[in-house]
Amino acid sequence: MNPAKCCSGAKTCEPAYLDNNATTQVDSKVVETMLPFLTEHYGNPSSIHKFGDPVGKAIEHARTQVQRLMGAEHPSEVIFTSCATEATSTAILSAVEAFPERKEIITSVVEHPATLQLCEQLQRKGYTIHWIAVDNKGRIDMDAYAAALSDRVAIVSLMWANNETGTIFPIRGMAEMARKHGILFHTDAVQVAGKVPIQVAGSGIDLLSLSGHKFHAPKGIGALYLRRGAKFRPLLRGGHQERGRRAGTENASGIVALGMAAELAIDAMQRDSARIAMMRDRLEHGLLARVPNSFVTGDPSQRVPNTSNIAFEYVEGESILLMLNQLNVAASSGSACTSGSLEPSHVMRAMDIPYTAAHGAIRFSLSRYTTDDMIDRVLAELPGIVERLRMISPYWDPEQNAPREEVFEPAFG
Amino acid sequence: MWDYSEKVKDHFFSPRNAKAVEQANATGDVGSISCGDALRLTLKVNPDNDTIEQAGFQTFGCGSAIASSSALTEMVIGKTLDQALALTNQDIADYLDGLPPEKMHCSVMGMEALHAAIADYRGEVFEDDHEEGDLICKCFAIDDVMIKKVVSQNKLSTLEDVIHYTKAGGACAACHEKIEWVLEECVADYDSNAVAEPAESPASIVERIHRIEAVLEEVRPQLQADGGDVKLSDVEDDMVFLSLTGACSGCGLSGATLAMIEQKLSEALGEPITVYPVGAAPASTPLQVVGGAS
Repeated sequence: MNPAKCCSGAKTCEPAYLDNNATTQVDSKVVETMLPFLTEHYGNPSSIHKFGDPVGKAIEHARTQVQRLMGAEHPSEVIFTSCATEATSTAILSAVEAFPERKEIITSVVEHPATLQLCEQLQRKGYTIHWIAVDNKGRIDMDAYAAALSDRVAIVSLMWANNETGTIFPIRGMAEMARKHGILFHTDAVQVAGKVPIQVAGSGIDLLSLSGHKFHAPKGIGALYLRRGAKFRPLLRGGHQERGRRAGTENASGIVALGMAAELAIDAMQRDSARIAMMRDRLEHGLLARVPNSFVTGDPSQRVPNTSNIAFEYVEGESILLMLNQLNVAASSGSACTSGSLEPSHVMRAMDIPYTAAHGAIRFSLSRYTTDDMIDRVLAELPGIVERLRMISPYWDPEQNAPREEVFEPAFG
Repeated sequence: MWDYSEKVKDHFFSPRNAKAVEQANATGDVGSISCGDALRLTLKVNPDNDTIEQAGFQTFGCGSAIASSSALTEMVIGKTLDQALALTNQDIADYLDGLPPEKMHCSVMGMEALHAAIADYRGEVFEDDHEEGDLICKCFAIDDVMIKKVVSQNKLSTLEDVIHYTKAGGACAACHEKIEWVLEECVADYDSNAVAEPAESPASIVERIHRIEAVLEEVRPQLQADGGDVKLSDVEDDMVFLSLTGACSGCGLSGATLAMIEQKLSEALGEPITVYPVGAAPASTPLQVVGGAS
């Protein structure tokens, strides 16, 4: 295994960034829009003088842009936050405080840590958490969900699409079911915002979180949708900003950027979704055809258009990523070793993916900046990387170039 | 991304001896697939002089697991079995110019594969004492299994105790909440076990002094190793007067030493004890109370 040369066999040496579910490139139009709010428009929007005025107006304009992306009825239903983690925490803790007599929460086992760890913390404090399971394709157990709904539940919090596999939950139907029981419904829409149309108005969704940097806004800005009339308690107190629902001086440049990114996303969804899905499918089919013992995780029939998660059996994800990185290709993995947690991704485990495959699951996530050339690079390089690593894997028989027939069972586990 | 040394990267991108040794006469299979690491080490040992002539590895794992395996094979070739057995996982990590704390288990896996292979060659049964839990303290690489063990053995109850006994949480402090969760679990455990224990009758003064001396005997070797010693001076109710002598007197860590002894005495006597230091031979300043829990 020689040190990998950059771009062997590929046309260019441009980086192939295929980790857009982690974060995205900021659109240059977004940067252009936000810059004046870091320079000449430095006023506090709460001030009465002419320095504050344009900032306040720009924030309200951004609010209508985000409202349109969410498909909300009123601009005032949009609350700007520092990130989606804050939005999600605000939603769940608000419900807990607004309905103190309700001591149960419904969520799923495949949520983002922002939800998972907050619910674990509430569990420690005595709340009953209904952890709804998923099947081996990452589809939620609807029977268990229906059975958990009751007037003891303060809030349902479920992700719209999974960050690792892109699998979409039937959020609209689930929100309707919660509404019939008078339960607040929150969805973490971080992985759908800017990828598929949302339209919260008229749905049973009461609260929705999104994050700017997942759709070409900068990091440090998110938003919470709060349906008008839904009972609410703020997380941050001490200011009238955001109608007293989120105290703290506004991140004006970030908010303006989020607004512009939302506006661009509405157009881009129309224009680019089909192209992104085609590239994703070409990558996926190409890899499955070129690499034996590999399979797609999650539910390909219910999936956001930009995500593909492929498990390569008998190799470990971090090793694949390190070798891809040498070739200027960026992707990510649910492998234990990339996180330091020593356990493979909770999403892979929830879907009952065998350990020998879960550790080798690689997520490719595309964006409107992804090119066919990038896909070609991965198709050219990855099969060789997997093969090199399999050749030194104790689970692989290098002579047969196939999984070892006798079972490899190491001591201790 | 991990901060891997150049040496780790070199052994990952250009692994040495990444193959099964032909006609190997020793094989060690170790690893934990749930943790994402598994390693087969094959050796060819010369039976005339017990020297490792060839070594090869096959590893399923991350960059540092492959690099640790590769380093291990380089390190053991040419060594006798006894020389090889003297290697520690720290030696593997040092050979690679260090590993991130979360990745130290990769070097442990290498060492265990070696032990397993040598046991295989000698026809012995490989006993692994490998335990691995959730990593709690990343600064010192201490997991929950280790913390639980120390907490329950010493009946610790506070975060400070855990830092003092295990070092976990002693640096960046990011894991303090997790340590407290582990403590909660342990305390809940021994609370439920404690119910059955009968209340002991108060010990006589002779019995108390025996127990105190026993504790001092237990800690003495540690102090002597650092050139110091400890002597019982007096006992009065819950107050125990000790004199630290030799290198201990005037040592900046004597406060910590006394706190450790105080903890152990409280456990041995089953009541809260306060230790007071007594100045060594030349009568100097009046006794000072060392911040003890009374």
